[in-house]
Amino acid sequence: MVQQTVREALRDAMAEEMRADPDVFLMGEEVAEYQGAYKVSQGLLDEFGAGRVIDTPITEAGFAGIGVGAAMGGLKPIVEFMTFNFAMQAMDHLINSAAKTLYMSGGLLPVPVVFRGPNGAAARVAAQHSQCYASWFAHVPGWRVIAPYSAADAKGLLKAAIRDPNPVVFLENELLYGQSFEVPEDGDHLVPIGKAAVVRPGSDATVAAFSIMVGKALEAADALAADGIEVEVVDLRSLRPLDGDAVLASVEKTNRLVTVEEGWPVAGIGAELAALVMERGFDQLDAPVVRVTGADVPMPYAAALEAVSLPSAATIADAVRRVCYRS
Amino acid sequence: MATARKKARSAASASRESAVEPETLDRWFRDMLLLRRFEEKASQLYGMGLIGGFCHLYIGQEAVVTGVQHALEPGDSVITGYRCHAHMLIAGVPPREVMAELTGRAAGASQGKGGSMHLFAPERGFYGGHGIVGAQVPLGVGLGFAHKYRDSDQVSVTYFGDGAANQGQVFEAFNMAALWQLPVLFVIENNQYAMGTSVERSAAVHELHERGRAFGIPGGRVDGMDVAAVFRATEDALADCRAGKGPFLLEAMTYRYRGHSMSDPAKYRSREEVSKVREERDPIEQARQVLIEGGHADEDALKEIDREIRATVNDAADFAREAPEPEAEALGAHVLAGA
Repeated sequence: MVQQTVREALRDAMAEEMRADPDVFLMGEEVAEYQGAYKVSQGLLDEFGAGRVIDTPITEAGFAGIGVGAAMGGLKPIVEFMTFNFAMQAMDHLINSAAKTLYMSGGLLPVPVVFRGPNGAAARVAAQHSQCYASWFAHVPGWRVIAPYSAADAKGLLKAAIRDPNPVVFLENELLYGQSFEVPEDGDHLVPIGKAAVVRPGSDATVAAFSIMVGKALEAADALAADGIEVEVVDLRSLRPLDGDAVLASVEKTNRLVTVEEGWPVAGIGAELAALVMERGFDQLDAPVVRVTGADVPMPYAAALEAVSLPSAATIADAVRRVCYRS
Repeated sequence: MATARKKARSAASASRESAVEPETLDRWFRDMLLLRRFEEKASQLYGMGLIGGFCHLYIGQEAVVTGVQHALEPGDSVITGYRCHAHMLIAGVPPREVMAELTGRAAGASQGKGGSMHLFAPERGFYGGHGIVGAQVPLGVGLGFAHKYRDSDQVSVTYFGDGAANQGQVFEAFNMAALWQLPVLFVIENNQYAMGTSVERSAAVHELHERGRAFGIPGGRVDGMDVAAVFRATEDALADCRAGKGPFLLEAMTYRYRGHSMSDPAKYRSREEVSKVREERDPIEQARQVLIEGGHADEDALKEIDREIRATVNDAADFAREAPEPEAEALGAHVLAGA
C-alpha cells in the first residue's frame, strides 16, 4: 500500500491504461498543457504526447460528440469534463449518442467511452457550478455510472471503466481530489463495477452513501459510536448498476436505513434505495427509511446558506438517531 | 484546397460533356433505381400499417449517396441522420435486412430495435442512422479523428441536411475538424426544406457551402441531381482529405419529392414546384437519357433492369412482412455490451 491522493490515483489509473492500450486517449479542456484544470492529468502530456492527450476548445457538445464518434470508430476515449455542470451542454451526446446506440443497433455498434470529471458541490461556487448529477445519469439504461470515495476505489474503478466495452459516467468530486488514502501498489488493481463495499461494519443502522458523502457518513458513525449506536456504512461506489443486494444484506443485519446524497431529494438515489428496500426488504425494516439529501433549492453562494443546503455529519447523525428512535 | 473547391464547382457543368464509362453509368442507374423502388415500396408498406412511427423517404435525392459512395474506398466511414435507408442500401446491406428493420422484425439490420431512423452497418463502414438533427456531425468528426489517430488515409463522410446545418454543434465540429486537420468530407444534402421550413426562411446566408469559411474549411456546391457531377466533386474533395489537407464541405443541391416524413402532406410548397423538379431534374431520368442517347442501352434493356429491381424489392417486402417479430426475451439484450 502507498499513500496517494485521489488526484494521483486517477492520474495513475489513466497512465497505466494508456500504457497498456494504445487506443486509449484523453481529451478535454485544459487536460494537456495546463495539466488538468484540477491537475488530474499531471504529467500525461509529457509521457504520451499531444496525439493522445488532447486539449479541446471550450465546446462540450462538440468534443463529447467527437469522443463518442471516436469510440464508434474503435478507439477508447476518456473525455474529461472540467465539471459535470458543463456536461449539460453535451447531454444529448451522452444519452442519445453514447448510452442508446448499442441497443438501437441491435448490438452492432458498441461505444466504449469514459466521461469523467468532478460532480457535486465544490466550495462557494453557487448554483450553476454546484450540482450533483448522480440521479440524472443513474436514471439512464445503456451505460454504467460510478461515484467513488476513496483513492483506491477511484483508481480501481477508473481502470475498470476504461476497460469496459460500454459508455461509463465516472463522477469524481473536487473536494476529494486532495484527500489521501491507502492505495494498493499493484499495477493491475481493478475494482469491479456494480459492487458496493461495507466501509465500516455496524449492527444498529445502515447508512448508504457515495462519493464525498461516504466521508461524512463515517464522521457521523464515529460520533454515534460515542452514544452507543453502531452504524454500518455502505459505500455504493456504483450507481448503475446499483448494488441492491449489498444494501439489502446490510439492512437485514441492522433493520434500519438512512440514505445520503448531495443531490436534490426528488427522484434521487435515496428515493431509489427506499423503493428498493420497500420492494425487496420490507419485512426487514424496523423503521421507515430516512433520506438525507441536499436542500431542494439551487445552491446558494453565502457560506451560511451553503452550509445548511448540504448534508453534514450532524444531519446524518440526526437521521440515524431518528431511525433508531433515539432522537 | 482552393483547387478542390474550384473542381467541385466546375464538376457539375463539366459532367454532362465528359464521358462516363457506360458500365459505370449502368451501375449508377441500377443503384439509384434500387433506392427509388425501395422507398416506393416502403411508402406502400407504411400506408398498409406495416411500418410504424416516422419514415423519411429519400425519393429524389438518389444521385447524392450514389455519386458519393462510388467515390469511396474500402475503410472509409459514412454517417448520416435519420433519412438513412438509401445510405444502408448503397453500402451494400441486403434490402431484406433494411426492409425488415422498417417493419420491426428480428431479422432487421438492428434486430427490430432501431427502426427506420437507426440503421447501422459498421462492418461496411456505415455508422448510422442517427435521429437527433445535427448530432451525427460531431460523431462523424470523431470517426475522422479515429482515422487520423490510426495514421490511416481513410476519410469520414459526414452527411447532414440544410436543416441540421443550423445546429450549433455543427459549427463546434467544423472548428475542431479544421483545427486538427481531420479527414472529414462534410456533405450537405440540401433538399431545400428542413421539414416545412425552406432554406430561405431559415438560413441568413443561403450558400451553405460557405459556412466552413470562418474555420478555413473550403467548400463547393454541386448539382445533387446529377450523379456524375456528385461523383467527380466527391472524388476531388476526397483526394484533398486523403492528402492530409483537412476537411471539405460539399453542398449537394437536391430535392425530396415526398414530405419530410410519411405524415407530412408538404403543404408548404406547390405541386407545380415538385412537378417541375421531377420533370426537369430527376436524377434517374437524367441517367436514363444519357444511357439511351449514348447508345449504351435501349428502352427494353432498361425496362428489364427495372423488372429485376422490382423483383428484388418485392422479395424484400415479402420477407419483411413474413419475418417474425422479435421475441419478448430480446427486450433486455444489447442494453450493455459484454453483459
